[in-house]
Amino acid sequence: MAITSIKNLKEFSTNNDRFEGAHTLCPGCAHSMIVRELMNCTNDNLVVSANTGCLEVSTAVYPFTSWDTSWIHIGFENAATAVTGAEVMHKVRKKKGTLKDNDAPVKFVAFGGDGSTFDIGFQWLSGAMERGHDFTYICLDNENYANTGGQRSSATPIGATTSTSVAGTHSYGKKEKKKDIVSIMAAHGAPYVAQLAPNKWKSMAKGFQKALETEGPCFINTVSPCCTEWKFDPKDTIGITDLSTDSLMFPIYEILDGHELNILYRPKNIITVEEYMSAQGRYKHLFKPQYRHIIEEVQKEVDNNWAMLQRREEARV
Amino acid sequence: MQDLKLLANDNRGLSQLEAGFDLLGWDEVTQGSVLPSFEGDASNIANLKAEERTYSGYNSYTATVASWRVIKPVFNRDICIDCQNCWVWCPDSSILSRDKQMLGIDYDHCKGCEVCVEVCPTNPKSLLMFNEHADLEESLASWPEKKKKEKKSEEA
Ligand SMILES: Cc1ncc(C[n+]2csc(CCOP(=O)(O)OP(=O)(O)O)c2C)c(N)n1
Ligand code: SF4
Ligand code: SF4
Ligand code: SF4
Ligand SMILES: [Mg+2]
Repeated sequence: MAITSIKNLKEFSTNNDRFEGAHTLCPGCAHSMIVRELMNCTNDNLVVSANTGCLEVSTAVYPFTSWDTSWIHIGFENAATAVTGAEVMHKVRKKKGTLKDNDAPVKFVAFGGDGSTFDIGFQWLSGAMERGHDFTYICLDNENYANTGGQRSSATPIGATTSTSVAGTHSYGKKEKKKDIVSIMAAHGAPYVAQLAPNKWKSMAKGFQKALETEGPCFINTVSPCCTEWKFDPKDTIGITDLSTDSLMFPIYEILDGHELNILYRPKNIITVEEYMSAQGRYKHLFKPQYRHIIEEVQKEVDNNWAMLQRREEARV
Repeated sequence: MQDLKLLANDNRGLSQLEAGFDLLGWDEVTQGSVLPSFEGDASNIANLKAEERTYSGYNSYTATVASWRVIKPVFNRDICIDCQNCWVWCPDSSILSRDKQMLGIDYDHCKGCEVCVEVCPTNPKSLLMFNEHADLEESLASWPEKKKKEKKSEEA
């Protein structure tokens, strides 16, 4: 496949963007940073599906498209279903020799929000992974249903206030913990599963290229800070992403063939969960004395998770 | 100063997203209708720069979101080290880089989020925000001096 050079940013920047401006994502939205990076990782033809969510509604505003590639919009549940259907059709037509250009390399990519990935499209994603299609699924994880006004999803962390888990005098926000989607996808035995973040552009580009090159179903969860619902200034999107990876709220790692775990980023100075949370309005209430124990609870979870990831990496099993 | 118009396709940023189009409503379009995003053959798009492409009026490249901005980033070529941080993190594909050089900002698509300013590593920054209506030459003339590193206090 025609991967592009990601040796350094200068070389990466010689790519010709295939994701155009004048989409209507909020200023500073990380979704488009992630999409641009994926599309600049390869010169191959792409067939992209995006289901309902911020990315889809903002990049196909009738009569415009922001995608310089084949693109399918499909219902909320079905980013994986649509693109794997296209993948099968392509395979069959290639075999029959009925494609316009039978040798043109094509990659199949699905984008879903966390609402669609962790919750509403979960069954269909699982099915597509199990069927073993040659595609890459990228979840844009902003930890809420952003497009419909910031409802909680099973990706929302404990303690965050959302429009359906409102913090107040009697509530510290969401009561349940975040679902571990990366482990669940790895448990499908997928050849490549990873969690990546746009502030670490190189490991993200490497992971995207690895997924595109790998035959079979690949899954990548990407941290996508949402200034509107996480409540921070749009200019700080990359700064907040730094806090998310350096506090290990979002550890960066990959899992090969369902078991071989590699940590891709080890922060030199690990910061506290408290520092990460204090930069976002959605956690503001946790700094009241009666809710502070939630911050401690999350810190313990994060510490345990980091220890577990390191043990799994060391064990090489 | 680079003439950034040179990097623009003739039809960049011509239409307002909100503009009333001389088109069927989205719910009147019949099945099988095609709104091609490029004129003619689009199979080589990945290898063409924006100014070499034949965008159709249905590609958002030909639309503008300039009216979203109240402040705008101004670029100072004299300080820039072409690190391309601004290019990789601009969410609106609005940093015009060619041949590893940062040349300027695509004001048709920039929303003024200020991310590029935040990630610019030079001292002083090579990108700074100014009022949307600020004059370019005046903005450049008012550029701040290099900042001295703040001394860290001895005590922790
Ligand atoms: C079956 C179904 N249920 C609900 C909706 C309404 N809906 C549209 S977008 C959306 C939220 C999307 O959230 P997420 O997938 O996390 O993407 P984000 O907007 O956060 O990027 C919802 C609930 C829908 N379109 N279809
Ligand atoms: S609501 Fe959040 S995810 Fe949606 S466009 Fe705005 S910043 Fe992006
Ligand atoms: S202000 Fe935002 S949209 Fe404009 S060039 Fe900078 S990063 Fe891009
Ligand atoms: S981030 Fe600053 S120094 Fe780097 S290319 Fe952009 S303007 Fe130049
Ligand atoms: Mg979401």
